[in-house]
Amino acid sequence: MAMELFGIAAGQLGLFISFGLLIGTLFGFFGMGGSFLVTPALLVMGYDSTTAVGSGLAFVFGTSVIAALRHRDHGQVDYKLGLMFIVGMTAGIEVGKGVVYYLKALGFADLVVSISYIGLLAIVGLLMLRDARTESSDDDGSALAEKFQSIKIPPMVSIKGGTKVSLWVTLAMAFAIGILSGFLGVGGGFLLMPAMMYGLGVPAAVAVGTDVFQITASGAFGAFTYAQSGALDLTIVLPLLAGSAMGARIGAGATALVNEDDITEYFAAMLLAGSAAVASRNLGNAYDMGIFNQASKVLIFGSALLVSGAVIWASIQSIREDEPAESVHAAD
Amino acid sequence: MIGLESLGATGQAVTGVGAVLVEAMLLYVGYGALTTALSGPVKRALGGS
Repeated sequence: MAMELFGIAAGQLGLFISFGLLIGTLFGFFGMGGSFLVTPALLVMGYDSTTAVGSGLAFVFGTSVIAALRHRDHGQVDYKLGLMFIVGMTAGIEVGKGVVYYLKALGFADLVVSISYIGLLAIVGLLMLRDARTESSDDDGSALAEKFQSIKIPPMVSIKGGTKVSLWVTLAMAFAIGILSGFLGVGGGFLLMPAMMYGLGVPAAVAVGTDVFQITASGAFGAFTYAQSGALDLTIVLPLLAGSAMGARIGAGATALVNEDDITEYFAAMLLAGSAAVASRNLGNAYDMGIFNQASKVLIFGSALLVSGAVIWASIQSIREDEPAESVHAAD
Repeated sequence: MIGLESLGATGQAVTGVGAVLVEAMLLYVGYGALTTALSGPVKRALGGS
């Protein structure tokens, strides 16, 4: 019989803590929540879509609680805006969850969630790759932002920084992001930040604080609603969170040592590998070929290991290069 | 898993989300103290001095 700790097999405990450490390092370094690699990894490991999404949302909740504790002194949370996003997102999450369970009843949930992840990871990966390889131009983003901000459907609500936002536009945005969150088990920070900053014209500092505050609330709601259906697996979430919280500190520390642009292309490649991993897993299941299932695991875990290894290696090199200079100054 | 099966659906959900919340707070405090205590020695060790 396999050794168990707190009712969790030691091998599984080690695997999730290690994977959490890798994704925590990566997403701490790149300033993202990391949830959109957790759910596909669980799918690749053979968990059903509801457990993968429910546990992904619980992981989002845990990481955002830690982020909220770190941001709590900054005072940059707009509670009015946060509340509007919580209302819109919780409604959206409920709809997203309803879609997953409807598809599950039809027998398509695993396939549709997997295909959505293949598309999401591929799009985000390709966009990051394009940004890393081209000179950044905000012209398109600014034009879109102006278009959104020109929609002034009353009532208009004043938020921090002197900006006024439309209640209905804000709720509609939050609802749409909530559907995605409830459907895919992601926090939605990668959509919320641009939605607040470009869509509503919220100042960046307020957007960061409000984003963390509202993801904590909507993550808790999403985890709770899936947990009520028995789709929250603590044997996944607790070790994953333990690893990722430590990794996030390593990753955040590395930002002071390594230029993010040097690693962005590797990170984009990792997201593309994640997309290929989910596709490979589905091919393996469809044609009952174990080689595709093995390849999917190697792709998702191998690429996460390589890219987080690159971040840590570059940090160590940076410390080593700085050390002689510091020694010279000390000798002076 | 972890003996929650005897609880009802809402009880399981509250316990599950509560466990994640408690763990997150413990990790924030514990890792914060660990980082403060170890960052200097680790940096020195990696720097080779």
